[in-house]
Amino acid sequence: MAAHRCSRSALLLVLCSLCLFSIAESQETTPAGDHRATGVDNPQSVTGSTEQMAEQPTVVEEEEEEEEDRRWEATRDEVETENTSAPDTSAPTFEVHSSVPKPKDDFQEELVIRPLHSGDIYASFQFRTLWETDFTTGNKVSHYRLFPKSLGQVISKFSVRELHISFTQGYWRTMQWGQPFLPSPPGAELWVWFQDSVTDVDETWKELTNVLSGIFCASLNFIDSTNTVQPSASFKPLGIGNVTDHRFLRYATLPREIVCTENLTPWKKLLPCGSKAGLAVLLKSEKLFHSSFHSQAVHIRPVCKDWQCKTKSWELRQTLNVVFDLHTPGQGKQEWSLFKMFSRTLTEACPLASSSKIYVDITDDPQGEQFEVSPATHLLSQAMVLGDRRTFSLYDLTQQITFGTVRSLNLHIRWKSSEGYIHYQPSKDRVRPHLLEMLVQLPPNSVTEVTVQFERALLKWTEYTPDPNHGFYVGSSVISSLVPSIVAMDTNSTREQPLFSSL
Amino acid sequence: MATTEVERRRGQLAALSIAVVVIVVGVPLWWKTTETYRAWLPVSQINELSNLQLQLSADVEVVFARGTVTPEQQKKVPLTRTQDEEHSVDEDTALRYRYETRYRTATIMEEDALDQPTAAEADLSLHTLSECPCGSLVVYVIPESSSLLPQDVDVYIGQRRTALLRIGGQIRVGKTLDLLLAHLEPRIKQVLQVMSFSHTDITAALSDRVRLSPGNKESIADSMRTFKSSPGYEITFSLLNPDPKSHRLHWDIEGAVQTYIQPLLTKLASVANFSIDSQTLYYAMLGVNPRFDSSLGAYTLSPDSLAHMINPVEARLGSNAASSNPVLNFLLYVPDAQHSPLHIHDSKKQEVPTNAFHSPRWGGIMVYNVDGFYGPEAVFPVDLNINMAKVMGVFLAQLRLLLGVQSPNAPSGFLVAPCSRTGLADWELDRLMWSRSVENVATATTTITSLAQLLDQIGNIVINDNIAEQVSSAVTSLQLAVAELEAGNLRFALQYSKEAILASERAFFDPSLLHLLYFPDDQKFAIYIPLFLPMCVPILLSLLKIVSDARQKRREKQAKKD
Repeated sequence: MAAHRCSRSALLLVLCSLCLFSIAESQETTPAGDHRATGVDNPQSVTGSTEQMAEQPTVVEEEEEEEEDRRWEATRDEVETENTSAPDTSAPTFEVHSSVPKPKDDFQEELVIRPLHSGDIYASFQFRTLWETDFTTGNKVSHYRLFPKSLGQVISKFSVRELHISFTQGYWRTMQWGQPFLPSPPGAELWVWFQDSVTDVDETWKELTNVLSGIFCASLNFIDSTNTVQPSASFKPLGIGNVTDHRFLRYATLPREIVCTENLTPWKKLLPCGSKAGLAVLLKSEKLFHSSFHSQAVHIRPVCKDWQCKTKSWELRQTLNVVFDLHTPGQGKQEWSLFKMFSRTLTEACPLASSSKIYVDITDDPQGEQFEVSPATHLLSQAMVLGDRRTFSLYDLTQQITFGTVRSLNLHIRWKSSEGYIHYQPSKDRVRPHLLEMLVQLPPNSVTEVTVQFERALLKWTEYTPDPNHGFYVGSSVISSLVPSIVAMDTNSTREQPLFSSL
Repeated sequence: MATTEVERRRGQLAALSIAVVVIVVGVPLWWKTTETYRAWLPVSQINELSNLQLQLSADVEVVFARGTVTPEQQKKVPLTRTQDEEHSVDEDTALRYRYETRYRTATIMEEDALDQPTAAEADLSLHTLSECPCGSLVVYVIPESSSLLPQDVDVYIGQRRTALLRIGGQIRVGKTLDLLLAHLEPRIKQVLQVMSFSHTDITAALSDRVRLSPGNKESIADSMRTFKSSPGYEITFSLLNPDPKSHRLHWDIEGAVQTYIQPLLTKLASVANFSIDSQTLYYAMLGVNPRFDSSLGAYTLSPDSLAHMINPVEARLGSNAASSNPVLNFLLYVPDAQHSPLHIHDSKKQEVPTNAFHSPRWGGIMVYNVDGFYGPEAVFPVDLNINMAKVMGVFLAQLRLLLGVQSPNAPSGFLVAPCSRTGLADWELDRLMWSRSVENVATATTTITSLAQLLDQIGNIVINDNIAEQVSSAVTSLQLAVAELEAGNLRFALQYSKEAILASERAFFDPSLLHLLYFPDDQKFAIYIPLFLPMCVPILLSLLKIVSDARQKRREKQAKKD
């Protein structure tokens, strides 16, 4: 706690009044990418905060009056796709199917929102359809309920054991954004494990790519022997099954594939609720493709149904990851909402979903100091993500109370002003200089580096100075610290003080 | 002077030799290397097929029961008669029907069977006595006094391949056999038209080959309703639930398919392969807004609006990824709670009792109202079980129509046995097989002849060996199918005609045919001219010069001589 108080006091106003008279032609270069202060966190402070977070539950429960409302829920492991053959540790579902026999399929949807260090917002949609059936045995699977028929037919016709396909637009910036939940390369990527009953894998692979190309409206039919490989060490099966003979594995990428609306529409069609209800309402292509990064994927694999792994289920995981760049310079405050990101708000969960949740990652800010999430929720959840314990605020859409009185959920995240403020006024040629002001909160014992890139432009012949060997002079940057102390702003001149200490 | 002459001579020789090399080596080489590979096709046999002479042979056995023929007549039977009937459909297509009728008297066992109290029982026990092959019929002639048939019924058509025919009152026992047969003949023909094939069916099946003059509206609608003959069909049942928030629907489609649809399809297995699947589509809306009829307190769909229902739904149905066979869609639409009940009205503004309709060559849609199953105080979502017997009854009828199993309009005095559990009588299957065989033969011949025509017209197309192979096998299968039809082996005829259609389609749609199809002559010139023109111009010019020189020399010689 003390460390945080301390860091709060270390507010610095970095005023970079850049009188770049160098007539930068690059007026249009946005300050978003390059002109931003990159606070290099002290590793010590990071570990400190995670330790603090680990002991948080007790602290929080003491503070909260309504202890019952705050429920800690063991969330399903996000990293189970990391080739862990350990059985699924899913949370017990709360729904009780009493009157009718329990259906053999199950649908879950969730949205994870994570504010990134760079100020961007990472939204990750996960839709999971589990179906207790067996495509592998001889009897034909033909009656579909939640599982999409087109994919089921593909699995049974081509004897697919595992199928992973992703369409990505943009490039994931790990340095700025951290690790994604599931990495995917730009363009289209497809890798498939076939069952060992397939005799002519190459022929099956060719037909499969053609069919998938029709299903997803993508140029997957350009996958041929020239861009197909059989990795022998990587791309091990993610589901159950012990065959790892890489003769049955095919991998191909199409890096030039451009992902757009025509790929999103068939992807949405695979969802039981389509885009009519539930989280998929938010998936509007005009907003989704106006983003820094967009990746949609379909993963099909066999998974265990129970602890002993006696029965097999098929899992269809549809994921959509998107990073929005909502940073607008000059406004002083950063905020976003579901409506601002997706131009929609949520009104209901998909009625077919057994669970429908929104997680907001508050690991980096457990006390709500940097940003504020509204409406506030009492539910918290912890999960291990890529070996890192993270804390989430949880919104359960299956409960009516989540939507409140207005019957719609529009999550807001408002950064507190202490988070930072960037004001940038670009220069005009021969009229005015650049102005870049940044309000940065610096952690203690840290190094902050501000770099500014600029381009040089040609001068008119009259503009050359008499001594051009000097180059151009750039005005100093100004750092002013907002120290909460009476010393800094003593306007009372009546007191007897040495002159040097009063301004 | 002499040196220049030598130079000229040498130049001429050089030009000549280059020209000779170009013509002797270059042209054949160019010709050989740019040749398209065209495998041999059985053109003469294909041309024979374009002139189609189809003969359909049906075997009929007429069995006289006790009391229908006198002992002296009995001595003359068994005897066999053959009847031919020829129709010329158009200049290339001719049909000939051959009915081979064998007359005999009933055996003792058959007599016993005919003594059963009802016609249905008699039909069953006659069937157990003798298994008659596909495409043939047995007509039992029973005396007028027989109590098997009701008073006003003369002919009973059973579920298998047997019919009972009551001998008319005016033909009394004791007349000559010829007279008796002459009397029976038109009746037997009527029976044949119902149970085997009729001319209208066969000409309708030939529609792919022969452009028929439009007949009456109804027959066109009939012929357009049925799916085209295909070696396989995909049947998809879709439950459309536009309102999963209110209705939680459960349908036991698996059991219903096993109980109601599978017996029919098992019986039809010889005609085509069927695969069945089902899906549930949520939030699937109709494309039309039903009108609220306050007098009925219900929403109604008029027949005009039905046509607009299918397209928006079809986007959700999804295409079949696994095969390219035609898909028969059967949709069960459960209207949402706000728009219930929903009724389909016919053109006379009357409620359609089944609340269903079908679209030709597409499938059927049934509206299933559930608002009666829960009260106004029900808590949503309501769990509802769908009565599959009711639904499948409608879908089964639609399936029969779409597959072309249609009951012919029986003439008066005919009694057709009600449908059995399989939903299809043996003779109905025969009818379908007759028309499907003819249709397959017609389609395959059209495909093969037009492919041959196309290949003949466009010389650019490469004909690979596998295409030639497919064409040959299609032609062989076609010939076999026609021969089997002639011999009356319906099952084999259908089998061969299916093989023929498969092979011909595979040849016709082979992608390798397209490679050089759009490679017209002007593009060839565009490729060749930059290569050949610079090479040819000097050669041609020097050749011309040589020729003109030679001519001038000859003229000079002539002048000298003169």
